[in-house]
Amino acid sequence: MTTTTSAGTRKLTIARAMAEATAQEMRNDPRVFVMGEDIGPLGGVFGNTRGLYDEFGPERVRDTPISETAFIGAAVGAASDGMRPIVELMFVDFFGVCMDAIYNLMAKNTYFSGGKVKVPMVLMTSTGGGYSDAGQHSQCLYGTFAHLPGMKVVAPSNAYDAKGLMTAAIHDDNPVVFMYHKSLQGMGWLGTEKGATVPVPEESYTLEIGKAAVVREGHDVTLVSLAAGVHHCLRAAQALEDEGFSAEVVDLRSLVPLDRETLRASVAKTGRLIVVDEDYHSFGVSGEIIASVVEHDHACLKAAPRRVAYPDIPIPFAPTMEQWALPNADKIVDAFHQMMLS
Amino acid sequence: MTTTRSEVTYTPTFTDGDEFRLPTFKLLQQDGTLYDGAEAPDLDRDKALRIYRAMLFTRVLDERMMAAQRQGRLSFYMQCTGEEAAVIGSTAALDDADMIMAQYREQGALAYRGFTTDEFMNQLFGNEQDYGKGRQMPIHYGSAKLHYMTISSPLATQIPQAVGYAYGQKLAGEKHCTITYFGEGAASEGDFHAALNMATVHKVPVIFFCRNNGYAISTPTIEQFAADGVAPRAFGYKMQVIRVDGNDVLAVHEATRIARRMVVENNSPVLIEAMTYRLAAHSSSDDPSGYRSRKEEEAWREKDPILRMRHWLQDREWWSEDDEKALQESLRREVLETMKRAEKRQPPALETLVSDVYDVITPALAEQLEQLKAHIRKYPEAYPKSAGRGKGGA
Repeated sequence: MTTTTSAGTRKLTIARAMAEATAQEMRNDPRVFVMGEDIGPLGGVFGNTRGLYDEFGPERVRDTPISETAFIGAAVGAASDGMRPIVELMFVDFFGVCMDAIYNLMAKNTYFSGGKVKVPMVLMTSTGGGYSDAGQHSQCLYGTFAHLPGMKVVAPSNAYDAKGLMTAAIHDDNPVVFMYHKSLQGMGWLGTEKGATVPVPEESYTLEIGKAAVVREGHDVTLVSLAAGVHHCLRAAQALEDEGFSAEVVDLRSLVPLDRETLRASVAKTGRLIVVDEDYHSFGVSGEIIASVVEHDHACLKAAPRRVAYPDIPIPFAPTMEQWALPNADKIVDAFHQMMLS
Repeated sequence: MTTTRSEVTYTPTFTDGDEFRLPTFKLLQQDGTLYDGAEAPDLDRDKALRIYRAMLFTRVLDERMMAAQRQGRLSFYMQCTGEEAAVIGSTAALDDADMIMAQYREQGALAYRGFTTDEFMNQLFGNEQDYGKGRQMPIHYGSAKLHYMTISSPLATQIPQAVGYAYGQKLAGEKHCTITYFGEGAASEGDFHAALNMATVHKVPVIFFCRNNGYAISTPTIEQFAADGVAPRAFGYKMQVIRVDGNDVLAVHEATRIARRMVVENNSPVLIEAMTYRLAAHSSSDDPSGYRSRKEEEAWREKDPILRMRHWLQDREWWSEDDEKALQESLRREVLETMKRAEKRQPPALETLVSDVYDVITPALAEQLEQLKAHIRKYPEAYPKSAGRGKGGA
């Protein structure tokens, strides 16, 4: 399923990569259409539908009334009718109003229809903070969505992965929640992570959903994360290298399905595990990662695993407070030091 | 049992209700004179000037803080520009102890009730004196003493809450009501419909105040609803409704004054649709040049609600050019000086990260705080103490 393509020199932001993947699929497949708030002439608040309205017009790039209940519910209906809708929930924090459509319909219609109804839709939604937008605009909620059966969940860390995962998501017969992190989006006002803007081939390609990537090899510790957390890990790995340690970084890319094999192989090699998650500490992705490793082989670890996650508090606005709470490279390095002392 | 009062017909007749055309209530023309046949409202000099000062303060605050956002001093901002008459004219028609459940563009209501410049600034900068302890994003004000519920970002969620708050007022036998503000875009959320239905069924003293300002971020009203505005929806719920020129402070005040009487005396909820225009961007994160024309904006600038009220005040000789100049200068100075003080104040203490999540800090949170403290002691240079600057927005 993965098409290996030599990456050219053209760099794209994640926003551009998502828009390009969508445009290519819309050209190929008349069933693909887009709905959401401000996704038309404005091109999406986070830029990921830019250019689509001009090329495909208002019937296929549909600005909607402000009713997530209506347009996400409608997308489930359209997908059940054989269409391949892409809808955008502007901030994942706003899922409350439309969660019925997401987890009771989108995620369950196939199961309850005995497999007769397919729901091939993509729900794009922005995640993450770090730019002082407080606790109703900055959450990740990875664990919340990944916890619920019936939908795939992806979260890319760079534009190459974003394009390949977006194309794969549109092709997928399952509903896919595509969680893009705002700090990786390439929108100036969000303070963009440079490492997310990478060379992206112009031609269409897919990345298999459910495959993690070892983005840096090492042998002393495995740092596992997704989306923005991957970049914190890469910075921490660099800092640790300066101290003489070698950290391996695993980018999950997909939460559902979760690539447990890549995880276990990495920890089997390094013997140490630190999970970095911008989502809440408890009951989430970090616990699942650790359990996935430990329940498979508790003897592979040379030290107790650690997590660098968001504290179990609503995300505060004040920049100082938010920076106190967010995971970062220093916290990862600190966790590694503690691990080596204990 | 069916409750319909419908008569029987033997002809299949469909209707989209378009024969019920709602007029727009207006009193004041742009030059400050009343329309022919319009009656001068009951508004004394003191109150008129209190309203006007709050409107001008809001305009000055908004201009200064948007500039501060552009200078990188503030993470995020939202202006009320163009909608001052709708917000302040309506709040002024209430009792000061009536409850306000706002959306996020109603800073003028707080200004009218006496929220101080310092209180505004402490919230905007999320410093140690902010009532919300630095936790909510800018413009998400709240004031228990001024009966203004802390703003919550998700749209339209304030509308059902307003029904519940007002129901509490009714059960407590208070002669007070709740007003809830929202935009015409938010009125597309299911919460709006559910709340209006419940309000009339339960006979709740609540005023639903829709600021129909033409745009939901980039989405114009023509993409938002097919009907003639938001007001006709009231019929479906058998709710009293009025549409008013939202740039006409006298008409807004008069409509809300009468609405309050109906609400408080008869527990008969009211929907008010104020026709206005969002002259500024949706927020500091938005640029309207991509979706609307300068010409359209200019046409609405001609209908500036503040200028319209000023003309009326000057006509009555309650206000002069000198008064105007003096007030503008003093407001600008006060806003600037207060901002400079607020941005230098410390952020809330580290411990406030984990308080108020529950009434008592849980063991898990206490442990997470201790780990964080130990980490910050090791890396002090990575965590600046001053009330720093973020880059927020929605």
